[in-house]
Amino acid sequence: MSKPLRGLSLVWILGLALWVPSYGQDLSYELTIKDHRFEPLELQVPAGKRFKLVVKNLDPTAEEFESHDLKLEKVIPGRSEANLTVRPLKPGTYEFVGEFHQKTAKGRIVAK
Amino acid sequence: MLATAVIVLREVLEAALVVSIVLVATRGVVGRGAWISYGIVAGTLGALAVAAFADAISAAASGLGQEIFNATVLFIAVAMLGWHNVWMTRHGREMAANLKSVGTAVRLGDKPLYALSIVVTMAVLREGSELVLFLYGIASAGPGQTTELGGGFALGLAAGLMLAVGMYFGLLRVPAKHLFAVTGWLILLLAAGMAAQGAAYLVQADILPALGETIWDTSYVLPDDSVIGKLMHTLVGYTARPYGIQLGFYAVTLTVILALTKITQGSTRRLAA
Repeated sequence: MSKPLRGLSLVWILGLALWVPSYGQDLSYELTIKDHRFEPLELQVPAGKRFKLVVKNLDPTAEEFESHDLKLEKVIPGRSEANLTVRPLKPGTYEFVGEFHQKTAKGRIVAK
Repeated sequence: MLATAVIVLREVLEAALVVSIVLVATRGVVGRGAWISYGIVAGTLGALAVAAFADAISAAASGLGQEIFNATVLFIAVAMLGWHNVWMTRHGREMAANLKSVGTAVRLGDKPLYALSIVVTMAVLREGSELVLFLYGIASAGPGQTTELGGGFALGLAAGLMLAVGMYFGLLRVPAKHLFAVTGWLILLLAAGMAAQGAAYLVQADILPALGETIWDTSYVLPDDSVIGKLMHTLVGYTARPYGIQLGFYAVTLTVILALTKITQGSTRRLAA
């Protein structure tokens, strides 16, 4: 490996090492969509901490995870999952819906 | 059916309003119908493609593909809207003069109709792909869904078109002398709003910092998902709970486009003198 290349790889490795733990230390919660319903309906999370929200869509068709309270919107194709980062929340209740099936797909996050 | 119609309306509203503003801004220009139709057709085909490859787009860029894609589509539209306004400062006056002599169509080969055509494409593409996925979901729920699907889609689309047509004829009441000034401001605000929305996608993707989580909260007065909220969102970039950086993007877009128009105006005057 040539010298500049080695230097460059070092920068990358250092960069990655600094970057990855900032994600690794995050809390993680999981939501499942099945038959256009969320499971669980309510997630309890600590206030003031950012966390990762994994939304698994087990239905064959797409769903749009949407929350104006959390300022998140993301289409989750059928039989796939999406990772969302939820920013530190003030204590309170935050509603979310599956926009494509709003009658059934409703849930909330309670930050304490 | 009504619930379906409301979702369809929300998704088509932005594209419909963009098309009506673009139609007014290109009033009297030969070939505008064709250019705008190309934009709609390209946007629709694009929306179908995006919906078909939703998996791949979502999975790209370690799961941030969708946010990056949406932000890119918005920023392309912002650039094209800005470019149109700068171009109009050079040629707007001659166009307005032509418009005043009734029935005279302007043949301006170099009017950047492609820029506005791309704006239309981007508007249809972004909301259209969500609409396709939504309708596909209903369709695949079984054969009993035809009324829900067809009725809801037709009703929502009709409502969206009606609002757009209303906007179009409302704008046409503006005297020809001021018409391009008005569309210029509308396009400026449209661009600033889109830039702010693009910033929100990049905050969601954790690429940009929020710079203030909630600058204000008017979700009780005018929620984002109400039809009026959505209307204001498209026209002036309204958001019930904006991030600081969204205000920043809004202000910078306004300033940059206005500054570029002023500079162009100055150089045009010097040329004329």
